[in-house]
Amino acid sequence: MATTTGPSKSVVELSSATVRFCGDSGDGMQLAGSQMTLTSALVGNDVATFPDFPAEIRAPRGKKFGVSGFQIHFASKDIYTPGDQVDALVAMNPAALVTNLTDLVPGGVLIVNADEFNKNNLRLAECATNPLEDNSLANYQLFSVDMTRLTRAAVEDLGLGVKESDRCRNFFAMGLVFWLYDRPLEPTLRYIDDKFGKKPAIAEANRRALTAGYNYGETTDAFVSQYRVEKAKLPAGKYKNITGNQATAYGLLAAANRSGCELFFAGYPITPASDILHELSRHKNFGVRTFQAEDEIAAVTSLIGAAYGGAMAVTASSGPGIALKAEGAALAVMTELPLIIINVQRGGPSTGLPTKTEQADLLQAMFGRNGECPLAILAPRSPADCFEIVQEAWEIAVNFMTPVMVLSDGYLANGSEPWRIPDVSTLSKIAVEHPPGPQNGSLFYPYLRNEKLARPWAIPGTPGLMHRIGGIEKQDKTGSISYDPKNHQHMVDTRANKIAGIAQHLPLQTVDGPERGRLLVLSWGGTYGACQTAVRDALERGLSVAHCHLRYLNPLPRNLGEILRSYDRVLVPELNRGQLRLLVRSEFLVDCQGLNKVQGKPFTVKELSRQIDQMLG
Amino acid sequence: MSVDTTLPVLTPDDFASDQDVRWCPGCGDYSILKQMKVALAAIGVPREQTVFVSGIGCSSRFPYYMNTYGIHSIHGRAPAVATGLKVSRPELSVWVITGDGDALSIGGNHLMHAIRRNLDINIILFNNRIYGLTKGQYSPTSVLGQVTKSTPMGVVDNPLSPLSVAIGCEATFVARSVDVYAKHLVDTLQRAAAHKGTSFVEVYQNCSVFNDGAWDYATDKSSKSDTVLELTHGKPLIFGANKDKGIRLNGTLPEVVTLGQGVREDDLLFHDAHTPEPTLAYLLSRMRQPDFPEPIGVFRDVQAPCYEDGIARQIDDARQARGPGDLQRLFASGETWTVE
Repeated sequence: MATTTGPSKSVVELSSATVRFCGDSGDGMQLAGSQMTLTSALVGNDVATFPDFPAEIRAPRGKKFGVSGFQIHFASKDIYTPGDQVDALVAMNPAALVTNLTDLVPGGVLIVNADEFNKNNLRLAECATNPLEDNSLANYQLFSVDMTRLTRAAVEDLGLGVKESDRCRNFFAMGLVFWLYDRPLEPTLRYIDDKFGKKPAIAEANRRALTAGYNYGETTDAFVSQYRVEKAKLPAGKYKNITGNQATAYGLLAAANRSGCELFFAGYPITPASDILHELSRHKNFGVRTFQAEDEIAAVTSLIGAAYGGAMAVTASSGPGIALKAEGAALAVMTELPLIIINVQRGGPSTGLPTKTEQADLLQAMFGRNGECPLAILAPRSPADCFEIVQEAWEIAVNFMTPVMVLSDGYLANGSEPWRIPDVSTLSKIAVEHPPGPQNGSLFYPYLRNEKLARPWAIPGTPGLMHRIGGIEKQDKTGSISYDPKNHQHMVDTRANKIAGIAQHLPLQTVDGPERGRLLVLSWGGTYGACQTAVRDALERGLSVAHCHLRYLNPLPRNLGEILRSYDRVLVPELNRGQLRLLVRSEFLVDCQGLNKVQGKPFTVKELSRQIDQMLG
Repeated sequence: MSVDTTLPVLTPDDFASDQDVRWCPGCGDYSILKQMKVALAAIGVPREQTVFVSGIGCSSRFPYYMNTYGIHSIHGRAPAVATGLKVSRPELSVWVITGDGDALSIGGNHLMHAIRRNLDINIILFNNRIYGLTKGQYSPTSVLGQVTKSTPMGVVDNPLSPLSVAIGCEATFVARSVDVYAKHLVDTLQRAAAHKGTSFVEVYQNCSVFNDGAWDYATDKSSKSDTVLELTHGKPLIFGANKDKGIRLNGTLPEVVTLGQGVREDDLLFHDAHTPEPTLAYLLSRMRQPDFPEPIGVFRDVQAPCYEDGIARQIDDARQARGPGDLQRLFASGETWTVE
């Protein structure tokens, strides 16, 4: 850690920092966090974020359950998580302070809006005494700032009401944090122009509050040093910051473009999946047809019609909605149509924890349909990977004529990271074949299979290929209704073999770390970053450990069994009670130990490190 | 050089698929299937441009018997399946075949929304007032008191009127016919096909096994002139073997009157299928046996924008305003930075 002396205050160089803004939902904490993220990305840091907010749109003010937070980790090195602990915490009121303080590192920067620490708010936060006065914060660098008063003063001659003035406090807090971490104000000033251009007084108030916060840090004697995090060494290219849901939408547009299919997207609003519908709805000039269906069932069954017609049909939902889509998904399996079902998993069961993350829908994806009903399952490992995974999903769907389920989660969906913008001209085509009319008067067999066991994707409008599909068992080749016992066995086996056969076309599984050793950490989906960080950290400490992260969950990679048997022990960390572990144990007869957490929160690196150390101890 | 641009002339038999038709002997579905083939041959849309979509139930086996494209889907979901198909392929002629249980019970929600969106599809509801495929439970149109396998002490749910439901959703084309009225049914199906927008047709259909004779009053030659009233746009509502009975409005309520005896044709209610206001069509849909003759024919036929056209227009408008989608430009939109 190097210390330099700036014009007025010392500057401390850091390799990474984690900041969290928290306040009432409605205080603009998500905005503050995303502006901080964007600015950090623009100055060249690697970033990872974790927005965390209550399910209530405007929870009662001042209460602990109404606290909304946004955490951002920015660094001059590669990072994979939004950070376990917070180096600087901004708490806009007592409730925000008491619910977040445990995550602040000892000696960390604690900025509070002192004006909100009044009797009423202390009561609402269930504080017996005022933490700003009772010495309970002695272990932190406490900066008690009269943000409300200072913000009002900064905007006082603009003719705004008290409510409107106070709404600018998040910009004051941002300005202060921007100063603390030596971030430029320009991107946020541009944002203000863009967002509030039509309301000049509001725009000016936000500009002034932001600048006032920044100047407060610069001038007040309270802050003696500023921090600086240098640019990260990311691969060369053009970048933007992207959330998992946005990357999913972009990936769908790219897949449609690569395959030459018209994108039909049907959805029913549900947290945390709705943003995919919102994003796609904005891009109608790409020819996207978005359909806000009357319910989840209509959303998935409309895909059957669209896919039969030759469209790239996609829906996105979350656990409870996926439960409703089960019968439609089964019809897609039975009719062997290509479509994509995205599950942005959240805390369950039932309505569960709508805004919190979980990985507990893997078994639902595997088995949550009647009958022998396999489909392909993929899971992205990071926000930017959502872009890749949906394109892979579409490639598998059209190659094998199968629905593909993509298991994203709330953590990936709302979290963000830098995304290297691809050169679109280098994206390969995804080959899609619709058979032309019958050749030489030959009969058309709608269930005749190719070497991948896929049936032909014949579409209405093609003369001579008229055929009927449906949910009742079909005779092999002809597609006529069949109740013949042997045919049913044959068709069930064929559908299963088709999905199993996908493995032959997937890349071999790789591991990060030694190819054999004492411990393998086996993970899937959104826990990638925490597992990767913990394993690399353990490797640096000389431990015999490797990391195997799965993106393909059904079928599993064909060399996975061999990998599992190359280590003495296997640890499967999951944000559920052991779903992948169950599958892996039954598939490979390899014992695995679980690290399981269902708290609506992602793993911290520390939790994983502790487990690794314990198993190798 | 001359090019033959005439469409091949199709006969009803050209629409028959190679599948054995497996309905019970005496089922009303046979007649509807036959009249559909006659209607389609007359309409002249190519077979490959035609798609039948159905749900679950006896009627929903229909697509298998048509030599067109078809989807036999799952209970109640046919309107949603048809929505996805029509939105992505607006040029196709899409027919939804459904039953009273399929459409009004498990699929009630989808039916309501397909109708209100006014997709250019044809929904043909076979109403036999019973669950046939599941062997005889009551349906949403079964009459009060009806004894069925699941209601040994009689039905206590009020029946739904399919046409009242459709008109309540402001369906732009609403009609009723009867399975054995061959000519009337062909004519009704043709008019439904000609309508741009969702056409909703209820067909009284006999279930010879579980609810035989439910529509006897409408099919029995001796009674039907008194129990059924054929609607004609612009004409007064007259019925009866001697065409001497009519419907008159008394305040806002219909009443049956006899012509002569001080009542002239001009005093009767005149049918107007094209009035934008659905009130008259709704009133007609409420007329039931035994108090009133039950109207058949076209209740309502009005024009309104179609959903799939709205979606397509938004795509055109967006392209006009912003140009065709450019992935590179989209990806590079917003704040970006370059790492050297």
